[in-house]
Amino acid sequence: MEKRFPEEEYMMSGHLACSGCGATIGMRYALKALGQDTVVVLPASCWSVIAGVFPYDSLKVPVYHVAFETAASSATGVKAGLEMIGDSATTVLAWAGDGGTFDIGLQALSGAAERNEDFIYVCYDNEAYMNTGVQRSSATPFRTWTTTTPILHTKEEAKKNIMEIMAAHQIPYAATASIAYPEDFFNKIKKAKEMKGFKFIHILSSCPTGWRLPAQLSVKAARLAVLTRIFPLYEIECGEKYRINVRPEFHPVREYLNLQGRFSHLTDSDIGGVQQNVEKAWERLVKKAEA
Amino acid sequence: MKTVIEGSHAVSYGVMLSRVHVICAYPITPQTHVVEKLSELCASGELQARFLKVESEHSAMAVCIGASATGARVFTATSSQGLALMHELLHWAAGARLPIVMANVNRALGAPWNIWCDQTDSLSQRDTGWLQFYCESSQEVVDTVIQAYKISEIVSLPSMVILDAFYLSHTFEPVDIPDKERVDRFLPRYEPKFKLDPKDPRSFSSLTSPDVFPEMKFQMQQAMEKAKAVVLDVDEEYQKIFGRSYRLVEAYRCEDAELILVTSGTVSSTSREVIDQYRDEGKAIGLLKIKSFRPFPSEEIRKELKGIPKVAVIDRNISYGMGGIFAAELRSSLCNEEDRPMVFSFIAGLGGRDITQETISDVIEYTLEQDRPREDILWPDLRR
Repeated sequence: MEKRFPEEEYMMSGHLACSGCGATIGMRYALKALGQDTVVVLPASCWSVIAGVFPYDSLKVPVYHVAFETAASSATGVKAGLEMIGDSATTVLAWAGDGGTFDIGLQALSGAAERNEDFIYVCYDNEAYMNTGVQRSSATPFRTWTTTTPILHTKEEAKKNIMEIMAAHQIPYAATASIAYPEDFFNKIKKAKEMKGFKFIHILSSCPTGWRLPAQLSVKAARLAVLTRIFPLYEIECGEKYRINVRPEFHPVREYLNLQGRFSHLTDSDIGGVQQNVEKAWERLVKKAEA
Repeated sequence: MKTVIEGSHAVSYGVMLSRVHVICAYPITPQTHVVEKLSELCASGELQARFLKVESEHSAMAVCIGASATGARVFTATSSQGLALMHELLHWAAGARLPIVMANVNRALGAPWNIWCDQTDSLSQRDTGWLQFYCESSQEVVDTVIQAYKISEIVSLPSMVILDAFYLSHTFEPVDIPDKERVDRFLPRYEPKFKLDPKDPRSFSSLTSPDVFPEMKFQMQQAMEKAKAVVLDVDEEYQKIFGRSYRLVEAYRCEDAELILVTSGTVSSTSREVIDQYRDEGKAIGLLKIKSFRPFPSEEIRKELKGIPKVAVIDRNISYGMGGIFAAELRSSLCNEEDRPMVFSFIAGLGGRDITQETISDVIEYTLEQDRPREDILWPDLRR
């Protein structure tokens, strides 16, 4: 039987993630796809801790820890520096959370995308500021409980559509991914590695701690996000060519929401609203893919 | 041979001669001429560098940090609000021990808007771990940029080369632009001990516990202390090759002085003229120009001011609630000395107000007349 992934591991045991952390699964497969000639740029995020406390380090590739809002700008500098000292082969991977991408890092991200800098930017999205204790970000979905959107006043705004923002920059490649679909993610990273210019991958990364979810259901929740079409898997080339990678049969959003404590306060009417929004968003996506 | 160039371009030529790999900047008045010239030099191929034009000063410094960590030599330039926006990353650059060199054109910080000369922008970055060199002339600017790379790469701390807005940045002066081959011999390629390299994978700036954090900060302080000797060594080597020297401080006509004026930046030039006039009249007035603000040359100041009855510090800056920043640093360097001068602190020239010969004369006259200052802060050019 053909091996699905390279056996070589670039992420080691002894890292500091919570059990069931989706962000570790993501990193493991990203590095399997990229290999040794990679520099990882890590802004403040759960991964600032997961990577290890000095002098320990859980990754076998060089890691550069940078300030919160500078994933894209620091990666720009790393790539430019490497090229100017004669290393054009190394892939630079900026690996940022949703807070570092949707919120505080958005300006630098937009700048790097507009300049079409040659590196891969992965946003591992766990839909809140998990490292600081589950505060809402602009990636937090409508009506979600977080510590700053308590049950009595949950989030009133929809999740920011980062993919459309990136598509508007007309970057060569943007894709969504899921830690529950490692082959799809692996292939997308491989594809991004072969392309020149700015590549953006948005991977939904389940967080048992912040989602109030048993650790053993972490991958299941991430898979249900795709199956319920809450988080569809698709690619956008040059901001206009859309391709849907997984077209699941109908699964009600309730299957995904009911697993997680962060949605336990939702009423039937709330869930009905979520279902409607998901269906509308899916139709819009299908139209774009057919265009 | 001397060429007449603008102060801003003295920065640009210093950067070109230093064979910088990556330049990253965002435009702000009055820094723009520095980066415009560099854009031309990169476009023409005279300077083989990658010039990244980013969307903010914060990103400019982040790019410099990322590029420097790979072992590339990097440069940025900014001013005022731009420097303030970079503040967070100034700490990051120094903490990561990266030898970045930046030019800062001293400009006032808003509010209200003001684009003119004032040192409060760079002095507000006092505690970030950057070396700070204040320049008096365009010649000093080009020489200091080249020296700064050498110093920073030895001590593994970043340097800020600072010049006054308009009085220096937009003023044309004859400058001896150093010979390229001789600069190459003086400043060899940067070879860091550790860098981002997939063949030698390491983790940089990761989470660090109280077990080792204080030792890292102690090492930064040690590097700053070492920088004093390094500045002098580098300056001596530079003098041997190029014939010019600046040191940490410069004492001008300080012999047997009854009063020494302490300045930094372009006001030093005006002060020299005034001091010459006083000396011609037989009055023993001297000048101590402070070039290096970080590391602060406490020992040199103690030595130069030993036995001097009075010192008048002119600050084109203010720390609200305390006063002139150079004066405060100078006082703290002297406070344990038994034989120390009476220090008079003058704030003048804020927001680009011209510090004229008359203002400097007023400072000297007041200091000569009074046994001790009547106020902690004196404002010789204030209209009230």
